[in-house]
Amino acid sequence: MNESSAQIERPLEPKKRAIIVGASAGIGAALLRVLVEDGYHAAAIARRQEALQELCTEINTRAARSQTGAGRAYPYPHDVSNSGEVPGLFQQIVHDLGGLDLIIYNAGVMPPVALNEYSFEKDASMVQVNLLGGIAWLNQAAERFERTGQGHIVGISSVAGDRGRIISPVYNSSKAGFTTYLEALRNRLTRHGVNVTTIKPGQVETAMLAHVKKRLWVITPEAAAADMLKAIKSKKQTVYVPRRWGPFMLIIRHIPSFIFRRLSI
Amino acid sequence: MIDELTQTINIDQEKISLNWERGPMAMPTERLEELVAWGRASRTVGYVFRPSTVDDLRAVFGLAEASGRTVTFRAGGNSYGDAGANGENIILSVTRMNRILEWYPQTGRITVEPGVTLQQLWEYILGDGWWIPIATGTMKTTVGGCAAMNTHGKNGWQAGTFGDHVESFELLLPSGELITCDRQQNRDIFHAAIGGFGMLGCFTRLTMQMKRVYSGLIQVETYVTRNLAETMSYFEAHVAEYDYFVGWLDAMVRGRAVGRADIHKARHLAPGEDPMPAQTLRLENQRLPANVMGIIPNSLIWRFQRPFWNDFGMYFVNMAKYWAARWHNHNSYRQPHALFHFLLDYFDWDKPFGPGGLIQYQPFIPVANAEAAFGEIFRHCHKRGLPNYLSVLKRHRPDPFLISYGVDGYSMAMDFRITARNRPRVVQMTRELDEIVLKYGGRFYLAKDSTLRPAIAAAYLGDETIARFTALKQRLDPDCLLESNLWRRLFKDGGSG
Ligand SMILES: Cc1cc2nc3c(=O)[nH]c(=O)nc-3n(C[C@H](O)[C@H](O)[C@H](O)COP(=O)(O)OP(=O)(O)OC[C@H]3O[C@@H](n4cnc5c(N)ncnc54)[C@H](O)[C@@H]3O)c2cc1C
Ligand SMILES: NC(=O)c1ccc[n+]([C@@H]2O[C@H](COP(=O)([O-])OP(=O)(O)OC[C@H]3O[C@@H](n4cnc5c(N)ncnc54)[C@H](OP(=O)(O)O)[C@@H]3O)[C@@H](O)[C@H]2O)c1
Repeated sequence: MNESSAQIERPLEPKKRAIIVGASAGIGAALLRVLVEDGYHAAAIARRQEALQELCTEINTRAARSQTGAGRAYPYPHDVSNSGEVPGLFQQIVHDLGGLDLIIYNAGVMPPVALNEYSFEKDASMVQVNLLGGIAWLNQAAERFERTGQGHIVGISSVAGDRGRIISPVYNSSKAGFTTYLEALRNRLTRHGVNVTTIKPGQVETAMLAHVKKRLWVITPEAAAADMLKAIKSKKQTVYVPRRWGPFMLIIRHIPSFIFRRLSI
Repeated sequence: MIDELTQTINIDQEKISLNWERGPMAMPTERLEELVAWGRASRTVGYVFRPSTVDDLRAVFGLAEASGRTVTFRAGGNSYGDAGANGENIILSVTRMNRILEWYPQTGRITVEPGVTLQQLWEYILGDGWWIPIATGTMKTTVGGCAAMNTHGKNGWQAGTFGDHVESFELLLPSGELITCDRQQNRDIFHAAIGGFGMLGCFTRLTMQMKRVYSGLIQVETYVTRNLAETMSYFEAHVAEYDYFVGWLDAMVRGRAVGRADIHKARHLAPGEDPMPAQTLRLENQRLPANVMGIIPNSLIWRFQRPFWNDFGMYFVNMAKYWAARWHNHNSYRQPHALFHFLLDYFDWDKPFGPGGLIQYQPFIPVANAEAAFGEIFRHCHKRGLPNYLSVLKRHRPDPFLISYGVDGYSMAMDFRITARNRPRVVQMTRELDEIVLKYGGRFYLAKDSTLRPAIAAAYLGDETIARFTALKQRLDPDCLLESNLWRRLFKDGGSG
């Protein structure tokens, strides 16, 4: 990677720098696109090296053509299950970018799980990617941001974390855990001048949704990313994307257990 | 899988960094600090180390090499721009290397470590009847920082720059080698490291010649001019009669009066003029009052200034200063050295500018073009709606150092307020001002710079000078261990980047 363009800093023209974990496809790829268009120099992290490289090249070619001071995307292949790599890679990326203003943890998996299936293998992979990976990456950012008194942490959680449901016990738990973790980070870091935003998408038309049968208010990843950028810019604490999921989940959260147990949602 | 989970929970910090093959050695996050430029217009994050010995300096060079990071020295942190910044890399603060090593009160020769501040210096020597030869507008600067930027005072046309008073120094190279430089030994390095903004090595020990004084007081006279032309001709006619000469210009007023000035001229007292030098040379008699008018503590003054620090308010502040000065025109009084030189230190000069801070823009223009250039610059600032709040005029002479801003002429230090909204407009305007400065054969001063581009730096320094400097850097620092944001912005890759 040629990082010199990110590293030259002019005092009065500070650059915006971001890391997106889980950026090769779906919502993450759409987020990468809007951030670069918005002027960010963004490190894109995911396992699939080729997909990542191709996406970054395409985004950068377009950015180079635009007149409006777009940023640049830099691919960093990495599997979040290898948490041991994270501290070194985090430092390396921040060094390459020349700083960090924003980190988005978006990596997530939701393997299809049958109603009567209790596979530890699948369940552990969800905890590993959706929760532990998030902790590994965001802890790094939190420590740095706390020390320097600035920065923005964003976690892509899910409406699925708001309730435990029959179809996805561990996906729900991983997202509930992630949401609570983000809340705790916010409570720790606000006093140090750091923003923490929890984003809870509803249903978004990506590979993850392919095996999901029940569908409601499905939006495109592009629409989701546009809403998310808005929420990030206005430094929201918790947002549902799209917004109508907010009141809807308020009701769902308040359905008493004796009823919820009997529903098939 | 279970194994994997437990493994990832018991993370071993040591192993991580080595595990990730592409990554160099991990840096200790506890060293991360936000570093704010003087004036608060820009900030960076770096890993800060504060060694107290040369061996510890070497150890940090070693860490830099092992971790693939570059090093920038930082001292008082009084540079306005990015000379002491090195984003995401190592900041080697020399502030704890601050011992006075040798002092000869008979000859005025002193040897110090680089982190000794000008305040430490004058407070130490004044009792013996000596003063610092070149004083910056703040005494929080260090000897190392002043040598690295080759600072000037209000006496530039006759006393030269800081480097002119340095007799020799020791420079620690990135290789760990310590070399001695003076006007005979390592002559080329001597003339390039002074003014070399910390890019050739670290000053670890400097020997300087101080200036003899016969009183703790200095004789000051004031004079008020009505416009820029009068200001410039008054300077040219009278500067040689004094030791110090400085003009505080009003650039807020529009039209013909722009550039009217409150001029302060000062001279040292000759032996005998002060009947009681032993008393006036005492430190106690240099101290300034801690309150203004005996009521308002200095630390709170900025709160009273803050409401005026905008285009509208500053128009009246400058006007009030002008008329107050006219009221006292042709005033003559004696003042302690510290008060004359370091008045700004007694107030929080940057705070009234608000959260966005300020930058300074200080072009140096040859005598023949100075009036035309400054007039055009003032008019251009008004045209762009970005007048400068405070303008300070000084007289200079050329200097023998490689990276030089010296001219036989004048400099105008201009303070511009920065806000989140006006930042792009200020950047655009400084580019236009750069063209004006070049047109009049002017130069720039890196300690005050935040906005120059490689092409402008190449134009005023000349390609040959830059080539000589980079060749010397290549020789002394072949692995390019020493880099700063300023270096990357203006000179790295031959200035093309
Ligand atoms: C209120 C105010 C008034 C000022 N007035 C004047 C003035 O009248 N005249 C003038 O010329 N300047 C003036 N300045 C600018 C200031 O003098 C210079 O920026 C000076 O270099 C600051 O010294 P410092 O010790 O704070 O160094 P820093 O700003 O910390 O560092 C400056 C440079 O020196 C290098 N450096 C520091 N220590 C070493 C070392 N030991 N070895 C090698 N390199 C080193 C750094 O890498 C950096 O590039 C003023 C600044 C302020 C804030
Ligand atoms: N789609 C929805 O309806 C919906 C709803 C609510 C919440 N969400 C959440 O939104 C986020 C994005 O989902 P999406 O719909 O965009 O899914 P997606 O299209 O499957 O994309 C997931 C992204 O995460 C990355 N990823 C997965 N496992 C990884 C690992 N082990 N290491 C590194 N990166 C990994 C993937 O890259 P590689 O495969 O290249 O590694 C990919 O870039 C997820 O957290 C998901 O839970 C989605």
